[in-house]
Amino acid sequence: MSAGDLLGYLDRWSAFPGDTLACHASCAPGAPYRAELVRIIQGDTHPDAPGYRVERIDVDLGGPFAACQRRIEPGSLALVDDAPAMRAGDTFSVVASIWPTTPGSGRQVLLSRREPATGDGFSLLIDANGALAAEATIDGETVTASTRHVLRAHRWYRVGLSHDAKTGRLCAAFDPLDRGPEVSEGGRAAAVTAIGRPVFDVAAPLTMACRDHDESEYREHYDGRLHNPFIIDAAFDDAIPVLPAHGARVIAAWDFSIDIPSQRIVDTSGNALHGRLVNLPTRGVTGPDWDGTCHAWPHDASHYGAIHFHGDDLYDAGWPASFRFTLPDDLPSGVYAVRIERDDDQFTMPFCVRAPRGERTADVVFLLPTASYMAYANNRIGLDVPETELVCGRLTELTAEDLFMQAHPELGLCFYDLHADGSGVYYSSRRRPVMDFQPGFVGKLGGIGSNVWQFNADTHLTGWFDHLAVPYDVVTDEDLHREGAGCIEGYRVLVTGTHPEYTSAAMRDALDAYMEGGGRLMYLGGNGFYWRIAFHDDLPGVIECRKSEDGIRAFAPGPGEYYASFTGEYTGLWRRNGRPPNTLVGVGMAAQGFDASAPYVRTDASRDPRAAFIFDGIDAEVIGDFGLSGGGAAGIELDAADISLGTPRHALVLATSTGHGDVYLVTPEDMLDPVPGLGGSEAEGVRADVVFFETPAGGAVFSVGSIAWAGSMAFNNYDNEVSRLTANVLRRFLDDVPFTPPPPPPDTSVRRESPG
Amino acid sequence: MSRYRISRADLPFAREFLENPRGPASHGLQRVLNRMRTDVAGGKYVLVVREPHRRWVLARLTGRRGAPVELIPEHEFDDLLEAERTVFRLRWKALTGEALAP
Repeated sequence: MSAGDLLGYLDRWSAFPGDTLACHASCAPGAPYRAELVRIIQGDTHPDAPGYRVERIDVDLGGPFAACQRRIEPGSLALVDDAPAMRAGDTFSVVASIWPTTPGSGRQVLLSRREPATGDGFSLLIDANGALAAEATIDGETVTASTRHVLRAHRWYRVGLSHDAKTGRLCAAFDPLDRGPEVSEGGRAAAVTAIGRPVFDVAAPLTMACRDHDESEYREHYDGRLHNPFIIDAAFDDAIPVLPAHGARVIAAWDFSIDIPSQRIVDTSGNALHGRLVNLPTRGVTGPDWDGTCHAWPHDASHYGAIHFHGDDLYDAGWPASFRFTLPDDLPSGVYAVRIERDDDQFTMPFCVRAPRGERTADVVFLLPTASYMAYANNRIGLDVPETELVCGRLTELTAEDLFMQAHPELGLCFYDLHADGSGVYYSSRRRPVMDFQPGFVGKLGGIGSNVWQFNADTHLTGWFDHLAVPYDVVTDEDLHREGAGCIEGYRVLVTGTHPEYTSAAMRDALDAYMEGGGRLMYLGGNGFYWRIAFHDDLPGVIECRKSEDGIRAFAPGPGEYYASFTGEYTGLWRRNGRPPNTLVGVGMAAQGFDASAPYVRTDASRDPRAAFIFDGIDAEVIGDFGLSGGGAAGIELDAADISLGTPRHALVLATSTGHGDVYLVTPEDMLDPVPGLGGSEAEGVRADVVFFETPAGGAVFSVGSIAWAGSMAFNNYDNEVSRLTANVLRRFLDDVPFTPPPPPPDTSVRRESPG
Repeated sequence: MSRYRISRADLPFAREFLENPRGPASHGLQRVLNRMRTDVAGGKYVLVVREPHRRWVLARLTGRRGAPVELIPEHEFDDLLEAERTVFRLRWKALTGEALAP
């Protein structure tokens, strides 16, 4: 696998036969590289795994291709193009409110307008020492007015730059806006520029949160929040102006609370100096006007007139297409990839090939959980999170890909990371190379043994389909979100991945509709359908999640910031949105640990005649005391049945896991009152339940409630009772004969005991 | 401040770990491991994979993005359990000032 000489990403993760895809590749200088289309059968490289199978497909993708190395330029900004309305004379003031997060960590430009070629123009900035400063450059000579007063991180200030063309007076000023007992004073500084030379009226765009270095590179990114900046055609002496500015003409006044889901910033001055955002700075965040009376930006956006910019934001690497290729019309549905190679290096970019438009070519559809792949994309769990060793119960293993990510943080972040300024990451994109979305990738959280996670763990399932020669079509989360239930309608069985954790409302609606239409669902994973996410209506390939309220999370969103900027939805746990996973698959997230997995023990309910087909030919009482993912079928993240959370009363809990260690702990959402005894060796709540139930529409659900289950299916080359049991379910679920729920039972049995 | 302090009283748990690094750990050993494994990222021991599932080298995280992981080439392993034992001994020495007897 590549250590970074070869990188790339595809323009999409799902395509139909006949579609043309673009590959955006980067190749270190040297010989040309080749590209192949491959089909991914099984990506686990562990010696005990069924064998790595990534098979070349005889399709000419073109090439060899000349090496061309690309860079990633992270950092978000706002850009306002030069326009006649911005030629307004050189007496002016620029004013904004700011909430810096890393003052003193290098020069950070707040607002700037400079000619790229000469650097002439102005900048309002935080200097290398952390002080507010104004800079003007004329004929290459720079004049600076620095307040020499170090700004505090996470405090609101009103800041301004003023220039008087008649006197040449350049001024920087700031005043604290926060109330409280802390002593905090404003600051002022002034300098003199050459009179009569342009400072504002330069032929250049205006940038916010960075300095325009040249046409494609931006430097001196600002970390922090910027609130409703404006420009007027008057200088100020001491008092920083506010709007309305009496006696002055407003050149531009951007109201960041307008059109929060968009990448547009709106000028309310009437001069139409609207701008655009680059690299997805965070919107829908609180500004200096937030007073706690509103917690949802869709209810009163005036509290949310700030944008949080980060020097490490990244939406789209923006590399040009290196080559395009068209999929054959007769290419069967499946999980494929473009693999680029040179000598011993390679980089693999998976994608799903659908059945032809409007067709089904199999009775089984495998729902590839690409939203969850995006949520974990390039996660730094092994690099930045010291607790990883603790929750895994073993030393963290770093791969060549991890080392490359450590050396190149510009590859971007995901929901499991913090920005460099310590703020949480709300957006995660697939429009960049994703190191952990490759077959063969060894993860961090996959349990003792294969240690596969997300995509590579899901190849235990594609390998199982292949082993059983079961035809299947593939649909991705993103397809389901965009197309709705239509793209899974008519399939007799839907099979999930091992950890389909992230679900949009449209996805959940589609799955509910599928079940109401008599669908049969095999949930072969753990911690599924847990977080509500938002896709962006206009920006492809990016999701948002504010992990509101509680749940297992890397950080808590800021107060008042529980609503997604993309859509205004209250993201966070589906359980807090009134649709716990139990209402879909009968089980819901209960506990996690990442060391040794455990077996299940059959319950009396497994003898119920309704479940006879599941245990056909299986005599064992203990199920899955083996496996590639932690050595057992119940492990990593565990779901349990709970009627109070929506598990159907007629659900059969067929088996329950037992014997978890104390690295396993109950979920925080179940831990209202911290009490001793929440570890796996003591807590009833630390368990996975295998659940089966029929639906009124003739369908059924089979859920295993464990990420490690598929690792047991793949054990001994799929020859074991976990694989056989799962095949029994699949065989019956493929049968046309409708399922019939039993008469309503008394309200007993599967209620989960409170861990506290 | 009640962070657990590892002492000679924990020697039985050290023996337990060295005999069976994969556990399941007794409550006493888990307490020792919790203390050992809660280092901050900067300086924390990790393994760098030389060959997947076959060969590893000990390393330390730097805690700074962009700063290379610091390899400790004198500690190479072809057995993950031996790596666990080695790091346990290193941490024991660092936290108690005394080397664990072989």
